[in-house]
Amino acid sequence: MAVKGAVVLETRALSMRFGGVVAVDNVDFELREGELRCLIGPNGAGKSTFFKCLTGQLTPSAGEVLIADKPVAGLPPCRIADAGIGVKTQTPSLFNGLTVREHLALAVERHHRGAEAAARVTELTERFALGDLSARIVGELAHGQRQQVEIAMVVAADPWLVLLDEPAAGMTHDEVERMVVLIREINRHTTMIIVEHDMQFIRMIGDQVTVFHQGAILIEDHVDVVLSDARVREVYLGA
Amino acid sequence: MAPSDRRNRHILVAALGMLILVGLPLVVDLITLLEVSIYIVYAILALSLGFIWGYGGILCFGQAAFFGLGAYTYAVAAINVGESTGPFLLAIVLPGAFAFLLGAMMFYGRISDVYMGVMTLVVTLILFKFINSTANETWVVGTARLGGFNGIPSFPTLNIPGDPGAVLDPEQFFYVAMAFLIGVYFLLHWLMTTHFGRVVVAIRENETRAELLGYDVRLYKTAVFAIGGAVGGLAGALFANWGNFVSPGLFGLAQSATIIIWVIVGGLGTLLGPVIGAVLIQYITTLLGQQGVINNAFVLGAILVLFVLLLPKGLAPAIMQIVTRRRRPVRSKPQRGGHGS
Amino acid sequence: MDFVSVVIIEVLYAIASLALISAGLAVVFGMMRVINLAHGEFLMIGGYAAIVSVQAGINIYIAMLVVAPLVVGLLGLIVERCVIQFLYGRMLDTMLATWGLSLLLTGAVTMIFGNTTTGISTPIGGFSIGAYQVSGYNIFILVAGAALMAAIFLVLKTTRLGLVARGAMQSAEMTSGLGHNPKRIYMATFTIGAALSGLAGGILAPLTGLTPTSGGLYVAKAFITVISGGAAVVTGTLSSAGLFGALTQLTMLASTPVWGDVAMLFAAIVLLRLLPRGITGRFFTRQV
Repeated sequence: MAVKGAVVLETRALSMRFGGVVAVDNVDFELREGELRCLIGPNGAGKSTFFKCLTGQLTPSAGEVLIADKPVAGLPPCRIADAGIGVKTQTPSLFNGLTVREHLALAVERHHRGAEAAARVTELTERFALGDLSARIVGELAHGQRQQVEIAMVVAADPWLVLLDEPAAGMTHDEVERMVVLIREINRHTTMIIVEHDMQFIRMIGDQVTVFHQGAILIEDHVDVVLSDARVREVYLGA
Repeated sequence: MAPSDRRNRHILVAALGMLILVGLPLVVDLITLLEVSIYIVYAILALSLGFIWGYGGILCFGQAAFFGLGAYTYAVAAINVGESTGPFLLAIVLPGAFAFLLGAMMFYGRISDVYMGVMTLVVTLILFKFINSTANETWVVGTARLGGFNGIPSFPTLNIPGDPGAVLDPEQFFYVAMAFLIGVYFLLHWLMTTHFGRVVVAIRENETRAELLGYDVRLYKTAVFAIGGAVGGLAGALFANWGNFVSPGLFGLAQSATIIIWVIVGGLGTLLGPVIGAVLIQYITTLLGQQGVINNAFVLGAILVLFVLLLPKGLAPAIMQIVTRRRRPVRSKPQRGGHGS
Repeated sequence: MDFVSVVIIEVLYAIASLALISAGLAVVFGMMRVINLAHGEFLMIGGYAAIVSVQAGINIYIAMLVVAPLVVGLLGLIVERCVIQFLYGRMLDTMLATWGLSLLLTGAVTMIFGNTTTGISTPIGGFSIGAYQVSGYNIFILVAGAALMAAIFLVLKTTRLGLVARGAMQSAEMTSGLGHNPKRIYMATFTIGAALSGLAGGILAPLTGLTPTSGGLYVAKAFITVISGGAAVVTGTLSSAGLFGALTQLTMLASTPVWGDVAMLFAAIVLLRLLPRGITGRFFTRQV
């Protein structure tokens, strides 16, 4: 494991309530520069809600979210994305009537215009092996291809912090393996958080893991330690 | 559809537009030309809603508000100023600004699309009620009486800019209106090919995704709404000039419903659709007006119900689908708004 | 003192008539999430049904309280079968289709009755409080409005029908799992909503002359009351009718009827901006 840098994302006493239900309960969390952190936990553990508080899709009921030392809780998602953060939501969320190329253009055009944007789109198309698909309407693509397009779009906007919610969901085994390689590659230039509940996938990524249970952090350690932890086994199997 | 197809279609539309602009006055009499002029004004109005609804995904139930505002702004300003250029520009800017403020209030308030329908409807009602109740002579703006339910019967109509004496005759008005229609059509078309246009369509397709990419959905929607309002105002100013008369009915719910019918009949997600819809429906309305048995509202209502139930994407996409079916799978057209909860 | 009691009666009357106008729409919106923009025409047709019956020699109370709801209930059933049932879950499309329906019905009534005003006189005379004259029929409307709200509340809260209807509103799947056909329930609910609109139209008919376009006067008020009230049928309607009725009536007494209406519309905009899911979307969330 490489030496990690400064804290780039932090939550302090973050809580999210829906009516009487506490989905995220007083969570203190730290992420250091260059990390590849997996958030895991059984269904309903609060990891997706926590994730949405980070991206701005939800406004937390209490507590703070600091990204690069700036408080962002309650800001709209576009402001948070503006700070250089790339987000992939749980289900592939794309512009169904647009082509693959238009998707990449939309992402690239956050920072570049004209010929340079076009060149970057072409480069991304090749890097993500989307060449054959680039004129296709995204609504017509298969699930795995859609996932690929979404990841490409996230990377296209040049983020320094990448947040992925279940990037491997619904993928075939081969696709998952390719996704792992891709994520490692993206992680070379960015800091990442990945929400996932597929244990196989977590093992393949093999880095720092934060386990959520009942809205709070149960344990936080390297994947090998976490997976052999009795409490984690109980949470996953006992539930 | 392949880009070359699309380009060919636009060349065709441009050629057709120019042909009507230059050729029609040569072949029809003045009465018909007047009739066609009002169709043209309505086509511009239809474009205003076709733009914000079909491309922006914003269903405005009160597009008539901008139309009426444009017409009244022109009438009131023209009476005060005594010539047409300034008032005409004001009649575009003011409804645009009004739409901007209204849009900002709604979109920054994150109101769901159903409630947005309600809001736009209510705003239109307020304007209607207000204008309708200004018959009393204390209601004046400068030297112009608002006239309440009587409307404003007479005001200076379009003149050549800089020369208040050179008032346009009906034939010249036709040229102006048609030129505006062609201009607005291609301006909106161009807008959709820019980065702005791409983001607008992206927002229509998936608001959350656009937002997570860093695009401020609220700002874009407000801008789309303001542009639609300005175009609606332009149509209103032209309407005022066409009949030299404005009345509160311009703000009416019936007017708003009619605009929606034009767009839904013509087709969402295209610019040609609303134009075709407006001309077709107004032609039917004219025909119905010539007989006394079947009520116009009855027919328009039936058309709206049938289109929502059977052909919700309108005529233009259906026709294009038939034309292009053999070549490529047809690109999905927008759904109307989301579905509120 | 007399003036104060007259004002109170006027305000209560305004609230009751708003509640009456809105009841049918509230049931349909609250239970089925359907916004029926032809609601005003339902009221208008209820009014016509009452007037035609009275002119045919039927007792005015039977005409208003029985014939009008029956006629409009039947109309509602036809509308649900022909239009609404295909659009469940598509709120905007439903709004568009019912807006078309509203034009269609206005046109149809114009073709049948012509574009003229018809009317019947109120069956109850006035009385005076001190120096002020009060319409007895306003008191009747006050009572009718209160009774109607109480009846809806009791049906929803205490009867099996109400329970099933509320269940269908929460989860159509669950209800069908329990052996009830949600389609039937929706059909019945829409019909009942229409009948309530007919009843209100009948009761209000003697107050003003009726034209085929009268629906337009009702729909805006009903619409605003229901949307601002939120999804809870009785609490929502009562709270927003209370707010808007009082506001409109007091503004009206202080200035002119037009400003009363404008004040109501403005209040609605402010309210929706602050509470986008209506009053009961924010407060009274567990009420019916």
